[in-house]
Amino acid sequence: MAVRMPSERALKLMAIGTAAGLFSGLFGVGGGTVIVPLLVVWLGYEEREATGTSLAAIVFIAAFAAAVQGAYGNVHVLDALLIGIPAVGGVLFGTWLQQRMHVRALSLLFAAVLVASAVELLLE
Amino acid sequence: MIWLILIGLAAGVLGGLLGVGGGVLFVPGLVIVVGLTQHEAEATSLLAIVPVALVGAVRQSRYGNVRQTDALLVGLLSVAGVAGGVVLANALSGTALRTGFAVLILLIAAQLVRTALREGRESVSPEEPGSR
Repeated sequence: MAVRMPSERALKLMAIGTAAGLFSGLFGVGGGTVIVPLLVVWLGYEEREATGTSLAAIVFIAAFAAAVQGAYGNVHVLDALLIGIPAVGGVLFGTWLQQRMHVRALSLLFAAVLVASAVELLLE
Repeated sequence: MIWLILIGLAAGVLGGLLGVGGGVLFVPGLVIVVGLTQHEAEATSLLAIVPVALVGAVRQSRYGNVRQTDALLVGLLSVAGVAGGVVLANALSGTALRTGFAVLILLIAAQLVRTALREGRESVSPEEPGSR
């Protein structure tokens, strides 16, 4: 089957990639905050598909962004490994949980952690 | 070192559950707990995200949740945006970048609360046409 992508769709995907890339490069995050809602709103994705597709795109986005940051000499490689490798275990547990529970209580807990972190950063 | 590992574990669970790379927690953890500058924390977070997102994507793919062509296009077409974002971050002062990041995670927290409250309502009335 020949894959012929409607140009409007390709443009939307490019816009999502560009916006997510800017966001990721500026803030040091993956960009899922941008990608997931845009896939849902613009391309009619269902939530879990948006989440999974976003994670796959983030592999490239974060790798590009880390490479550019590396050129600035900002990357602490050992710290990245000490955080990133245990985080893989966390992700396995998180994706397992996502299929089995409502994440409501956990969302609220993480929201509280984020608010506390924001206050701490503003006070630094 | 134990703190790095704990930050990693907690951020990984968030990534798996909510579809983000975990950087939202890596960055504040690296600044507040480890004492990196905002610029170093963001850069280090990006590298730490790569294995996390990779394993998450492989898992989600087994659940049939990854549209590979779209993911590839979004990922590869992000290059210009990524370069622009990193250059912009490095042009900003640590204070400006840290303040911007604090605002970002407050917005994400607000979004998490809103989603959680909406899910609470949906469990009462499961069908809400046009809610997305």
